[in-house]
Amino acid sequence: MNWFSKLLPTRIRTETSSKKSVPEGLWAKCNSCGAVLYRAELARNLDVCPKCSHHMRIDARERLDMFLDEADRIEIGAELQPVDALRFKDLKKYKDRLSQAQKSTEENDALIVMQGKLKSLPVVAAAFEFKFMGGSMGSVVGERFVRAVNTSLEQNIPLICFSASGGARMQEALFSLMQMAKTSAALTRLQKRGIPFISVMTDPTMGGVSASFAMLGDINVGEPNALIGFAGPRVIEQTVRETLPEGFQRSEFLLEHGAIDMVIDRRDMRDRLANILSILTKRNAA
Amino acid sequence: MNLNFLDFEQPIAELEAKIEELRYVGSDTEINLNEEISRLQSKSRELTESIFSGLKAAQIAQLARHPQRPYFLDYVQRIFTDFEELHGDRAFADDKAIIGGLARLDGQPVMIIGQQKGRDTKEKVQRNFGMPRPEGYRKAKRLMEMAERFELPVLTFIDTPGAYPGVDAEERGQSEAIAKNLFVMSKLKTPIISTVIGEGGSGGALAIGVCDRLLIMQYSTYSVISPEGCASILWKSAEKAQDAAEAMGMTAPRLKELGLVDFIISEPLGGAHRDVDATAQNIKAALKETLEHLITIPADKLLDLRYERLMQYGNYTEQ
Repeated sequence: MNWFSKLLPTRIRTETSSKKSVPEGLWAKCNSCGAVLYRAELARNLDVCPKCSHHMRIDARERLDMFLDEADRIEIGAELQPVDALRFKDLKKYKDRLSQAQKSTEENDALIVMQGKLKSLPVVAAAFEFKFMGGSMGSVVGERFVRAVNTSLEQNIPLICFSASGGARMQEALFSLMQMAKTSAALTRLQKRGIPFISVMTDPTMGGVSASFAMLGDINVGEPNALIGFAGPRVIEQTVRETLPEGFQRSEFLLEHGAIDMVIDRRDMRDRLANILSILTKRNAA
Repeated sequence: MNLNFLDFEQPIAELEAKIEELRYVGSDTEINLNEEISRLQSKSRELTESIFSGLKAAQIAQLARHPQRPYFLDYVQRIFTDFEELHGDRAFADDKAIIGGLARLDGQPVMIIGQQKGRDTKEKVQRNFGMPRPEGYRKAKRLMEMAERFELPVLTFIDTPGAYPGVDAEERGQSEAIAKNLFVMSKLKTPIISTVIGEGGSGGALAIGVCDRLLIMQYSTYSVISPEGCASILWKSAEKAQDAAEAMGMTAPRLKELGLVDFIISEPLGGAHRDVDATAQNIKAALKETLEHLITIPADKLLDLRYERLMQYGNYTEQ
């Protein structure tokens, strides 16, 4: 309150501070163009801003829900639970961080795997929950990914993974590093059997996840403007001591440099991937 | 402060300086100081033993990065014969942070690949402080695939702060280069032994570290992130690196306890740099013994075992 408003009698004061905020629930704000959006409409548009096409980060279940056909879904590896084998403690205990993340996301860990159908093509689809400790890869993520691969092998059906991760989970120390080797090794079996693996990198896909299975797709896909890279922009800036160019480490940058095959708009994802898979597996999609 | 010694070794440095002084005096006068010198020498030894028996993780991390610590090339000339360095990734450049080539280990032909830090400033720059770029990993992959074709066991030597975090490295696909190596190494049809000889820094280390046997030197470290990096992210302060080093369990004995490494190669008292020849002999003996065993396993069986080994990494419960 400034001196002028203090002079005003209480009865003619109008509260202005809360005017600009968006009411909870009904409206959402695009964090790219700032447009205020009707939440129901945004959901219909798969959390892509109708004004500027900004792709917002979405939850793993929401992702799988919009990607897979409604019928015949089976979750894989839900029984796997993380453990704190190292009794890791930084400012907080890993154990506490886990239960906090589990409570806020209602997930056990950062990767959700489902067997299901994509336009009637049988597939296994996995998606990262970025809200669960930054989508970091620990033992459960690694093991669930391997089980996704194993289901693909058993059923002879393609695997699709939507990545959104800051990298390896530091609280599991070297065990998390080894998940990079474990997940990459599992993919050798898919390749040997000629089963397609499509890696979709969404915002953000960094560090140990991008430097392992995420870059090993038969087809590598980026969502528009997703941040994808090995080292984080801040680390690179500190190393080279200059500001990074506009668009650095974004999907379009990776496409330009030959690291990914294509950038696909989320709203076209089902159609495009179904088409690619139907060609690769010589089957017809619905 | 004596720069040949780390901060926690300064009491030893002081004692060594005293011994030097006495030697100087001793040669100058008629007084026989030999007895006093040998008394001080054994005291220095005891002091070193007691300091080194209780090292903290952060101190071991210091030793792993010691400016005098032997690097890959120091060992190459002491362990192998007939070394022929092979250069380049055939696509972009020759990355000098990774060295590879053909050699013999006591007569047995092998492919050796290792990260190399530089000793003086000029070499450090040339070697990019041991931080490889994508072309380095792609050179390593090329040599490993060659080793498979010619049935040569692959011996890799890990010593890097990490893969280079630079604009050019990102442009040329650092992630893909590392990922592809993990993929190729996990199905390479020849024995692979990796040895951590200094710093095992994250994905940049693992990119030449998928193997049948993982050996680690007594005062080496292997971790998912540097203690400084871990501290600045989780503790919000790089000064907590000591706590991070301890929490991550990045030292040889701890990693052995956790079942993540197979064998610890012992170092001379005070660390590898105090006696490079003796250290090299220890490494050579460990490599020979490990390799002798691995080459008796049929190739298909070896691949199955490696796959099982990779699949068992991790801790979780099922309920």
